[in-house]
Amino acid sequence: MTFYVLEYYLVNYRRVWRSSVLSSFVLPLLTMLGFGVGVGAYVNGGVQGVPYLDWMVPGLIASTAMQVAVGESTWPVLGNFEWQRLYFTQGAAPLRVTDILDGHLLFVVLRTLISSAAFLAIATAFGTMHSWWAWLTLPIAALVGLAVATPTFAYSSTVRGDTYLAILFRLGVLPMSLFSGVFFPVQSLPSALQWVAYGFPLWHAVDLSRAATLGVAPTWPALGHVAYLALWAGAGWWLALRQFRRRLTV
Amino acid sequence: MALIHARGLVKRFGDFTAVDGIDVDVQRGEAFGFLGPNGAGKSSTMRMIGCVSPPSGGVLRILDLDPLRDGVKIRGRLGVCPQLDNLDPELTVRENLTTYARFFGIPRKVARARAAELLDFVQLTERADSKVEPLSGGMKRRLTIARALVNEPEIVLLDEPTTGLDPQARHLVWERLFRLKQQGVTLVLTTHYMDEAEQLCDRLVVMDGGTIVAEGSPRTLIDRYSTREVVELRFAAESQEPFADKLDGIGERLEILPDRILLYVEQGDDAVAAVTARPLSPANVLVRRSSLEDVFLTLTGRTLVD
Repeated sequence: MTFYVLEYYLVNYRRVWRSSVLSSFVLPLLTMLGFGVGVGAYVNGGVQGVPYLDWMVPGLIASTAMQVAVGESTWPVLGNFEWQRLYFTQGAAPLRVTDILDGHLLFVVLRTLISSAAFLAIATAFGTMHSWWAWLTLPIAALVGLAVATPTFAYSSTVRGDTYLAILFRLGVLPMSLFSGVFFPVQSLPSALQWVAYGFPLWHAVDLSRAATLGVAPTWPALGHVAYLALWAGAGWWLALRQFRRRLTV
Repeated sequence: MALIHARGLVKRFGDFTAVDGIDVDVQRGEAFGFLGPNGAGKSSTMRMIGCVSPPSGGVLRILDLDPLRDGVKIRGRLGVCPQLDNLDPELTVRENLTTYARFFGIPRKVARARAAELLDFVQLTERADSKVEPLSGGMKRRLTIARALVNEPEIVLLDEPTTGLDPQARHLVWERLFRLKQQGVTLVLTTHYMDEAEQLCDRLVVMDGGTIVAEGSPRTLIDRYSTREVVELRFAAESQEPFADKLDGIGERLEILPDRILLYVEQGDDAVAAVTARPLSPANVLVRRSSLEDVFLTLTGRTLVD
């Protein structure tokens, strides 16, 4: 049943996949050029023993995954309740609310994976990967995607207008992107802000991805990172399902 | 066994009771209508029948199943045409049918064949590969009806099927629904248009304030609650009210509306003659047959469409 719902999104995606995949390559390409050639030139001696670009790229892959996942979980979810009313269409069919939610979530994870894979491919071409473990950035991207998508689904299915979505980007996505150790090590933050970073799901994915592409041990045990991300995914899913039920069976 | 069976069915939203204990039985092959003004509880009833809204009380059986426990199973055998068009504007006309069919687990090949058949049925074959967005309101509604038929449902639920359509588009929708009815499909529809109810329904219930105030075929309802003919009189005056007394004794009953007086009579022409003999000279006189609108007015003292 969940698969039927996923299939719907895939049919819809088929119309736009060329432009979508193309833009998935453009962003990392511009980033490589901008940061590698531009900003990287100002960072002398690299970070933690590797060139700045190599150090930053795994964080950017995770950060892109997070942003794609949040983006796909905001307007599309709100629209499926408020504008196109797709969820109600699906609700009239022999699907359960969990199918409707899970099918859409699966599609979001798939979108996240496509963007991350494009980024990984470009980054590899630029010679920034230090380890064969780099492929692990993809499951990590899927996991962080799910960890932010489920609570965002819960949020987007609760609010009734898209001004609230803009607030989420300003107060959630932007600070998370800046303070999760993507552009500079978390250790250079004051300790209070460090704990904020540890609270964000993104930092855990960044630390894991960096360990994978540089071939080093993560600062926290990998299992702890994965468990923390799974906790976000699970709690968010529970909240989203509760809210979906509330709105689809009234 | 009735396809839909409700006893004392209740739907509450907080303190508000939308449906207040209704009894309904819909038989196979029947075209059944819920007639009433906005807010009468029709849509809430339809949503409960569609198994997307759990009843707050009473008994509800659909296809001899319990909507709370077997919602998925029941929905697989229903076709739903909602009041608001929720077609996917980004997909083509055909894709709207084939993707929806997949929600029912219908194999792709079967879905494509059925989509072609249904597009033919609702006369949209020529638009099969165009986007939904530029279609007219009537075409979109027909496509929504086709979508509701994609799983060959045993019951088709139509919530206000022609609301918002122009007269020509309405007739086209009615004609298609009438064909469905002839094919033996059970239709359940809500409407606040009495002409729609008269055109399509074998049997209907009149709803007001969450309760059923009358039940029967359009003909029997008119016979029971109204007279054969109605004379509409409009007097050229600020208020119609002073003229009511002067009409005393003509016809069985009268209703005073803001802009006219309705006289319920057996013979319209005789009544008009009696009015002019009084002598009264209304600015406008219209003799017509009684309709469900008059039934509703008699039962509730209000008109269906404000």
